[in-house]
Amino acid sequence: MKEQKVTLELAVEHGLTEAEFEEIKSILGRVPNYTELGIFSVMWSEHCSYKSSIAELKKLPKEGKRILSGAGEENAGLVDIGDGIAVAFKIESHNHPSAIEPYQGAATGVGGIMRDIFTMGARPIASLNSLRFGPLDSAKNRYLLDGVVRGIGDYGNCMGVPTVAGEIYFDPHYEGNPLINAMTVGIVKHNNTASAIAKGEGNSVMLLGSSTGRDGIHGATFASVELSEESEEKRPAVQVGDPFTEKLLLEAVLELTKQNLLIGMQDMGAAGIICSSAEMAEKGGVGMEIDLSKVPLREEGMIPYEILLSESQERMLLVVRKGKDREVLNIAEKWELNCVKIGKVIIGTELKFKMDGNESATVPAESLVLGGGAPVYHRESRQPEYLEKLREFDVRDIEVPSDIEATFLRLLTSTNIASKRWVYRQYDSTVQSNTVLGPGKADAAVIRIKEAPNKAIAIKTDGNGRYTYINPRKGGMIAVAESARNVVCTGARPIAITNCLNFGNPEDPEVFWTFKEAVAGIGEACLVFDTPVTGGNVSFYNENPEGAIFPTPVIGMLGLIEDLAHIRQSGFVDEGDFIILLGSLGGCIGGSEYLNLIHGRVEGDIPNIDLDYEKLVQETVLEGIRSGIIKSAHDISDGGIAIALAECCIAGRNNLGANIVINRKIRDDELLFGETQSAIIVTVAESDLIRIEEVSGKFEIPCETIGKVSGDSLSINSYFDIPVSELRTKYESALPELLERRLR
Amino acid sequence: MIRAEVIVTLKDGILDPEGKTITGALGGVGIEGIKEIGTGKYFHIQLSTNNLEKARSSTEAVCEKLLSNPVIEKYTYKIIEE
Repeated sequence: MKEQKVTLELAVEHGLTEAEFEEIKSILGRVPNYTELGIFSVMWSEHCSYKSSIAELKKLPKEGKRILSGAGEENAGLVDIGDGIAVAFKIESHNHPSAIEPYQGAATGVGGIMRDIFTMGARPIASLNSLRFGPLDSAKNRYLLDGVVRGIGDYGNCMGVPTVAGEIYFDPHYEGNPLINAMTVGIVKHNNTASAIAKGEGNSVMLLGSSTGRDGIHGATFASVELSEESEEKRPAVQVGDPFTEKLLLEAVLELTKQNLLIGMQDMGAAGIICSSAEMAEKGGVGMEIDLSKVPLREEGMIPYEILLSESQERMLLVVRKGKDREVLNIAEKWELNCVKIGKVIIGTELKFKMDGNESATVPAESLVLGGGAPVYHRESRQPEYLEKLREFDVRDIEVPSDIEATFLRLLTSTNIASKRWVYRQYDSTVQSNTVLGPGKADAAVIRIKEAPNKAIAIKTDGNGRYTYINPRKGGMIAVAESARNVVCTGARPIAITNCLNFGNPEDPEVFWTFKEAVAGIGEACLVFDTPVTGGNVSFYNENPEGAIFPTPVIGMLGLIEDLAHIRQSGFVDEGDFIILLGSLGGCIGGSEYLNLIHGRVEGDIPNIDLDYEKLVQETVLEGIRSGIIKSAHDISDGGIAIALAECCIAGRNNLGANIVINRKIRDDELLFGETQSAIIVTVAESDLIRIEEVSGKFEIPCETIGKVSGDSLSINSYFDIPVSELRTKYESALPELLERRLR
Repeated sequence: MIRAEVIVTLKDGILDPEGKTITGALGGVGIEGIKEIGTGKYFHIQLSTNNLEKARSSTEAVCEKLLSNPVIEKYTYKIIEE
């Protein structure tokens, strides 16, 4: 790479607008040099600056009594769970890198989010992921799925962090632009947390971890453009992960924090050295002087531009307490990591970079960062035209299937509903030995907290892109409501969320409207459930040549279980238990998986949600579980009540079946496959029937006995009667058959 | 008889964790005089054609589509007539 003369044309090639280039000139009082242009272009990219989204994100509720560090303050949200323990958690996207190189893209996505957690001083205890791909009948999509799953599994397994939950959906709208959202949860004692801040004149600035290469230069800028055919050629933006180095980095960083040797630290993700130094300096109101010739390089002839922007993985920037340099270096040596003093904190607000005695760049830290000089845009928004057309849907236009049993089995074995065991069996879900409920056992994963005896957390990701496409505001609400309902079903009270907002090009007013609406919906729901937003990530420009992806907000929900005796699974427990429907059955065909799969239509409106009612349903279940009445709980979701009941049988013990009688004056397909919010299937012992009615009566929530756990087959009215062993075989084998037949 | 030998290595600038680990182990076994070790894969191919041009294009095709990941790897090959 060679230095070039800076012109407007070159700035535009770097993704900056003419107005932004003028702004840079007025900040510096001169034309930036080549290195400075690179710095501004990456720091002002959508990925680093949130310039299109921040105005909307500010409207989200962030306050809460448990919040120790809220959205935007640190690398991840920090939530108090009592006993002097806090949970750090965050979700982040790695969509574009994974589209180009699925294995390394997904692996480095996992590595990146783990660094965000241990940068806080927290030890990662669990990972989750939320994935979206195009349909599996295409070889390209099978290749992407295979690579992504191996990438997630290998990185997580090497790090010794269990991958415990997640979700996968397949839809043509994700063709060519898969979504790879990774979430990590960590725990830390209150007095051991670390901050991403630089302070104290003369304190050493050190670089810890891997050497710096040319990989991933402009990765952040790359994440901020649409993928096209040419993207295949933008290959140097892909990084290769080294989880063994990351594991050493994790242990070294936790030791440095525990010994209180640091003022602050920041991991290097997007935009590497420049982003971490700018953010730390700005936060502390100081400057930094950094000598780039001290940075350990992996390649010869790298210029300042490349060193500053490199996104080489597994690196950290440290600001060391006065007089502690030697101790820091000793710990780094113990963990066999590079650690080099590359500069120091200075008075002022400028970042000064030099190399081989020459000044390379001088920029005010504040001018680069979000909340400082980085641009903020209020993008134009306009309700999309497609929405009205979708509403014209009339359920009478589709026929009730003549063979209900066959329709049910088609749904059960469809890629969006069938068991994802093929995926999660590639993950180690039990390492660290804290996983109480891993994948496939309950509506959320449950992890016990050794440091806080008798407590556990429930975690889940959720987000229905098709719903949000059809009704962005309601879709945003439902993503929060469903993830809250999921953790409630395991016995946990929802306490906070992180979110990953995957959308198309924000400069398209119709895309931006869906973004605004979805964010508003998330905000409304979070207020009702008292789950503040602790941060997350926005991924724009998720498009393929056909247009934008489904707008897909993914919610990562954190729930707290205060007594291990309150943990519940989704499957049936004992023969003779009564099966009860709490809440009401909506029977909504619009936007359903049934309408999509069986009739090939994405239309109508999605199920209604009354947030206050939903909250009461959740309170009913929580009280029912805590008072020991409810033995299992599972919410009704994709595929309606028929699929939910099948899942209760499949996840249950000893092939326990169920005898269900449920009558409504609606069509058969509405009854069985219609989707609904605020409805949960629970089981209770016969002797507790009166007590569950008392609990639901207290919250004025309908409580209807719809059947009994009995026999070894699932029967619903006279529609069908299918052995549970057969249901399980079909449910479990659908994905492996599809993938293994074709991968081999 | 025509055969081909293919060597696939990471592109310049791509991290090579395995090579890094081997390099790191040099001190442990007391070997001096080596600066760096990189890793790669070696393939030998028996061709079923006697046409040199055809052999070349088949070898390139298999390198592109099966033996290397063109996103992060590069390859070199040698055609050998016996």
